[in-house]
Order: sequence, then C-alpha cells, then structure tokens
Amino acid sequence: MRRPGLGARGAGFGGRTRGGWGSSPEPRTPVPGVGGGRRPKVAVVVFPGSNCDRDAMAAVEALGGEAVPVWHEGRDLAGCTAVILPGGFSYGDYLRAGAMAAHSPVMRAVRRHADKGRAVLGICNGFQMLVEVGLLPGAMLMNRSLRFICRDVHLRVERDDLPMLRHLSRGQVLRLPIAHKEGNWFATDEVVAEVEQAGAIVFRYVTPAGEVTDAANPNGALHGIAGLSNREGNVIGLMPHPERRIHPLTGGEDGAALIRGLVEAA
Amino acid sequence: MLVEARVKLKKEVLDPQGEAIRRVLAGLGYAEVQQVRVGKLMLLEVEGSDPETVRHRVEEACRELLANPVIEDFEVRLP
Repeated sequence: MRRPGLGARGAGFGGRTRGGWGSSPEPRTPVPGVGGGRRPKVAVVVFPGSNCDRDAMAAVEALGGEAVPVWHEGRDLAGCTAVILPGGFSYGDYLRAGAMAAHSPVMRAVRRHADKGRAVLGICNGFQMLVEVGLLPGAMLMNRSLRFICRDVHLRVERDDLPMLRHLSRGQVLRLPIAHKEGNWFATDEVVAEVEQAGAIVFRYVTPAGEVTDAANPNGALHGIAGLSNREGNVIGLMPHPERRIHPLTGGEDGAALIRGLVEAA
Repeated sequence: MLVEARVKLKKEVLDPQGEAIRRVLAGLGYAEVQQVRVGKLMLLEVEGSDPETVRHRVEEACRELLANPVIEDFEVRLP
C-alpha cells in the first residue's frame, strides 16, 4: 500500500517501519474466550508518527473487538462503529501536539462519527487531537516540569454512567502509564467551571489512595484532569495509556476495562 | 511577499519555558530581565499584491491552524 505523506517527516519518527498494513489487520493469534458471533469493528486511525496504533489494535482484538487500521488520509472509517485516535507523535508534534493531525482528511469522518453519537476514544496524542479539533474543550500546554514524563500514575474514575465506562466504577483508582510532554490540560476559568458542572471529567490524577493532590499531578493539568468527555459522553480523551495495561505480563490489567467498554459501545 | 505570523501564549497562560530561561539569564548576570515569554515566529512567503487580502488570508490561517485561540494570540505583520 502506498503511503503518501510519509516522506522525510515520517522517516524521522524513530525509524519504525510499518509493513503489512493493508486494508485488514495482520492475522493474530485467536484470544481464548473471544469469538463466536460478530465482533464489533473498531477503527484505529494511523497518522504519520503514530506509535501506539499497534498496541491499541492488539488491545481491541484481545478484548473482543475487530481492530481496523484506518490511514489518516481516509475519507471514512471503514464501517467501524467506534474509533481510537492512538498515541504517538503525529507529524512530529510540529506546531502543537495534535494540531496538524486535527486537519487530516480522516478527522472529518471522525467528527461526523462523533456527531452521530458514536464512540470516540483519544489516547495521549489522540486526546491532544480531540482538543485541537474542538471535540473536547480546552488545550494542552507543555508539562509544568518542561520534561517528557514516562511513568505510572494513579487515576480516579470520576464517572461510570457512560457506555464506554460501563466496566469502571466511580471512585475506583487505576494505575496506568503516561508518556507525554504536552499533557498539561488548560482552559479558561469559565470553561473549567462548565466542565466541572457538566460532570465531563472522567479521570483525575490522584495519590494511590485516591486523593487529588498537587504532588500526584504529573503535568500541572488544571483540577488534576487526566481525562475528559464531551457533553454527550460519546467522546472521551485521556493522557494515560490504557492500551498498554491489558495483560498481567506487561504490568497489569487496569486499562482493560476502558478498552472493553469501547469495544462494547461500538 | 514575506509575511510574519507571530504567535504567543496569552497573558493569562503560564509559560514555564520562559520562566526557565529567565532563571538561567539571571544566573548569567542578566538580573534586570524581569520576565521571558516564548512565542513562535513563522515566516510565510505569500503570493498576492493586495496587502489587505494577504493579511486577511494569513489571519484566517492563524485562526484555523497556526495559533490555538484557547491558549495563544497572534499578530500578522506585512512588509
């Protein structure tokens, strides 16, 4: 498959090659307990510079969905009923993280999908895209430490009343990894108040005991916000990486509930 | 014509990068530097002869892509 747009820019993203990305995902080992009947199709959008797309696809497949890679120049979402905007460094984070990806052709399809009330999950760079494209409020600033932070954090689940959150419980504390430099969520006081009032906050950075403290906030995000939903609740963005925590062998399963919820919301 | 698009963080947005630079400057003896704010300067070579049309187009581009109005202000300068 020809990959237009992956020129000098794409070549600089860690030298990762992306073979075998045709119209269907690579064959995977069947997961026990999955199968029988149709699996919900979840699109994983691949941008030049995405680097968590394969993890996201593996997570979807492991949790009962059929993952479909969709190239960022696509005009539609290949009949999928849920979408993941994965983590990475789309367009090398040029200009602002997520800013260029927000104007990719596929984002028009993502917006139409969201407008129909269907599930969209933005992880890390995907969350940055969702705020850049205006599907979620606010904007991302550089972490207050000015550092790229790659470590585990604790998150408190702030709501469980949305289809995507059906396997989570309010007040539950999850341990998930973060890996970003621009995750310092910012908005004007009025927008922050609106977001709080609308109950649009899905995850907050907390201590292991579940308390919101400044020390537990890795990046300076206002009100410790790690994840947000839109007003309707079908679009969710978060900085931590649930797709990296779906198996005990790779650090735990705290991310599985959200991905499973997305698959089932599809 | 060569058009400048200057993008900077809004006044109410903290700029930890600028603050880090200020601290290092102070350490180098530039104690009189009270504040540093880091912005972006983009130089656009734009085809067109009518300055007002060019300005209008570049301002549009700033609103659509070059600046994020949630956190940034912009200014367009023509030669």
